[in-house]
Parts: sequence; C-alpha cells; structure tokens
Amino acid sequence: MRRKIVLFLIIVLCFLLQSTFFQTFSFAGISPNLLVIVVSSFGFMRGRKEGMFVGFFCGLLVDIFFGFYLGIYALIYMYIGYVNGIFQKRFYPDDIKLPMVLIGASDLTFNLLIYLMMFLLRGRFQFWFYLKTIILPEFIYTMVITIFLYYLLLKINQGLETVEKRRATKFDL
Amino acid sequence: MKGFRNKKKAIPTKYILLTLTIVCVSAILLSLTLNITGGPLNSVAGYIFVPMQRGINNLGQNISAKANDFRTLGEVLAENEKLKQQNDELMTQLNTIMLEGYELENYRELFELDEKYPSYEKVAANVIAKDSGNWFHTFTIDRGTDNGLKVGMNVIAGSGLVGIITDVGPNYAKVRSIIDDSSNVSAMVTTTQDNFNVSGDLEALSSDGVITFSELRDTENKVSVGDPVVTSYVSDQYQQGILIGYIASIEPNANNLTKSGTITPVVDFEHIQEVLVILDIKNTGKNNDN
Repeated sequence: MRRKIVLFLIIVLCFLLQSTFFQTFSFAGISPNLLVIVVSSFGFMRGRKEGMFVGFFCGLLVDIFFGFYLGIYALIYMYIGYVNGIFQKRFYPDDIKLPMVLIGASDLTFNLLIYLMMFLLRGRFQFWFYLKTIILPEFIYTMVITIFLYYLLLKINQGLETVEKRRATKFDL
Repeated sequence: MKGFRNKKKAIPTKYILLTLTIVCVSAILLSLTLNITGGPLNSVAGYIFVPMQRGINNLGQNISAKANDFRTLGEVLAENEKLKQQNDELMTQLNTIMLEGYELENYRELFELDEKYPSYEKVAANVIAKDSGNWFHTFTIDRGTDNGLKVGMNVIAGSGLVGIITDVGPNYAKVRSIIDDSSNVSAMVTTTQDNFNVSGDLEALSSDGVITFSELRDTENKVSVGDPVVTSYVSDQYQQGILIGYIASIEPNANNLTKSGTITPVVDFEHIQEVLVILDIKNTGKNNDN
C-alpha cells in the first residue's frame, strides 16, 4: 500500500511538472519526457509487472488530458515498462550505464512509435527532419534530466525496499 | 516471504499484459469509431489534476511576479522615461488609427459587414497545462462543462483564432490549437474572398513558426504576402470571420491551378496564458457532431 501511494505521488508529480513547469522551461520548444524516465526506471528496478502498471497509469493520464484516442499512450507506455522489466536481472544499483542506455532507448522507441503511428500514417514522410528537430533534442534533454531524476527514483525505491524488507521479516517471526 | 504474498493472486504478468493490451486496443477502436472519450475517467481525472495544475500555474505566475519586484529603482525610472516617449508616439499613432477607424466604420456600413462579425458570447479561461510530448500542440484550459463548454466550441485569444475544443471534462477542456499537426481549418483570404484550407504542419512550424495553406484558387494573382486570413463561412467547425493570421509566403502548385504557402498566425502560441471560448457552436444545419 505504501509503495502504491508513493508511486502514485511520483507519477502525479512528474506528469504535472512535465505538462506545466517543463513546458515553460522548454529549450527551442522541446521539453523532456519525465514519464518515460519513471516508467523505464521502475521497469528495470522492479520488474515487468510493476513497470507495466506504472506505464499503463502514466499513459492513461496523458491519454485523458492530451491524447488523440484514449488508450494509445497507455499502450505504448505499458509496453515500455514491460520490456524494461525484462532487464531487471541485469540491473545493479551502482551501475549507471544500463539505466542510461535503457532510458535513452525507451525515449527513442517511444518517439519512433509516435512518429510511426501518428505521423507516418498521415503521410508525413520527412523522417530525418522529425528525427533532427523532435526526437534527438528530446532524447538529449531527457538524458540530462535522467542523471538527476534517476538517482532520486533509485533512492526512493531503495527506501521503499528497506521498509518492505523490515516489515516482511517482522511478519516472518 | 515474497512468494507467500504473491501466491493468492498468481496471475502471470503475461496474461495481465495481454488483458490490458486488449483493453487499450478496444478503447482506441472505440474512440476512433464512436468518438467516445474518457467519460467518467475525464471527471475523476479532472477533479484530481486540474486543481493541482492550476496551483502550479499560479505558483509560477507568483514567482515571476515576485522576481519583478526585485528590479531596482534606476531600472524602473529608465523604463518610465522610455515608456513616456513610447506613450507620445503611440498617442499620435492612435489618433491616425482612430481616424482610420471612422473610415472603416463607413466602409463597413457600405458593405453591410455588420452581420459578419456578430459579437459572440464568450467565457474567459486560463491555460493550465500543455501537451506533455513534443509532437502535438494541444493544451488544457480550466473551464469545462460546469461553465457550459462543449466539444466543438472555438477558442480565441486577443483577436486571433487559437483552436477548437476536442474533449471536455467537468472542470477542464482539451483544446487542439490550429498549429497542431492534425488541425485543419477552412479559411478565406479577405482580399479576394477565396476559400482555401489551412492546416498545421509540425515541419513548417518548427522551422519557421508558420502554418501551411493549400488549395488556394487565385487565378488573377491578386492574393499577396501580408493579406489577412480569416475563418471561412463554409467551415463546419469554426465561426466565420475570426482572424487566423497573415500570409507569409505563397507559391503556385505544380498543377498551376491552385496555390499553396504559409501563414504567420496572429496568436503567440508559445506564451499563451489566457483564452476566450466562444460559447456559440457553428450551426451547420445538421447535428453538431464535430
């Protein structure tokens, strides 16, 4: 229960920051994708199931407030969380390389999927242009934010895990 | 110890993923075919998130107001001097404009244009959040069905067209702006009254800050750069006569029959904070289904 509340608060905070604060502090009209960081991080830190649910919930929020069709972002974020969860076995908290690679790859995949589903299908074929002006700038901005946000999320998750472990041992006795 | 807790609901993650996928896909299909959006989800989300977004926005505005308080007296005095000068200039400009205004009034009477710009009933709203991604240009405002807003209402800021409401919750509404890549507006250039199609284009927008138009029939080459473009009377979504922008470039199409080009919108979409919603929905003779 404690974890659910904390997760809910993290998602809400990131969603609000992304849709208000970072829209004002956007560089050349590009804002970072905090939600992808959250979804991806909880995916590889906690596994497929939690990644999937965090993704689904994040996506649903975006769908309700900004989406085209209800469910499209939920679907994309959910699969991002799930796929990141597969890498849980290779995740070590001290190693920053894997999280950076995974979060970066998630952001790129997310934008590629959006391009494929909502731009290519409507006959916008200038892929290089979109790659240069939207996908790569967002990738770079997101990676910069990741350095800070990832450590924050890692610490929160570790805090939650120690509390959970303490409780679990109490019940075992 | 973990295994014990998970034993009760040991549904494999794969199946949950499958179920949620089916839910999402059917939701997408439903909203594609029936134009159904969130429904109860909208209300719940609206009541939870809109107050918070409003709060963050107020906070931001307060901070920028506070930051202004710290400016020194010298700066303010210098600015005052400058403003006084500007005021003089503007006063003379205003006089000429007022004269021109009388002239315009006369012309309007001559052309019986009164009817064309009826004063619509409007509601003011604040922009509380912008699209979280970088692909689309939608935003939410802090008024919803509680204030009488409906899907299909036009949104303006200042004197220019901003967009249209595409979804509405009890206390918020989703607005798709005319610079959005999927936006399409039937427009009319005021100089020749030719109708054509104005559409948002992310590529044109991010390179030049403009929106594109196409299908302009201008056989006599009368339309030129700088001509104002307004919403057309044939549009089934937008009230007629709302200013969209000014023609920025124009070029003939390969077929030599029509022309296309770009328009500079009048509204500053980057810094948009307050908008007006026109409460009248365009009456097209049929049901208002977008």
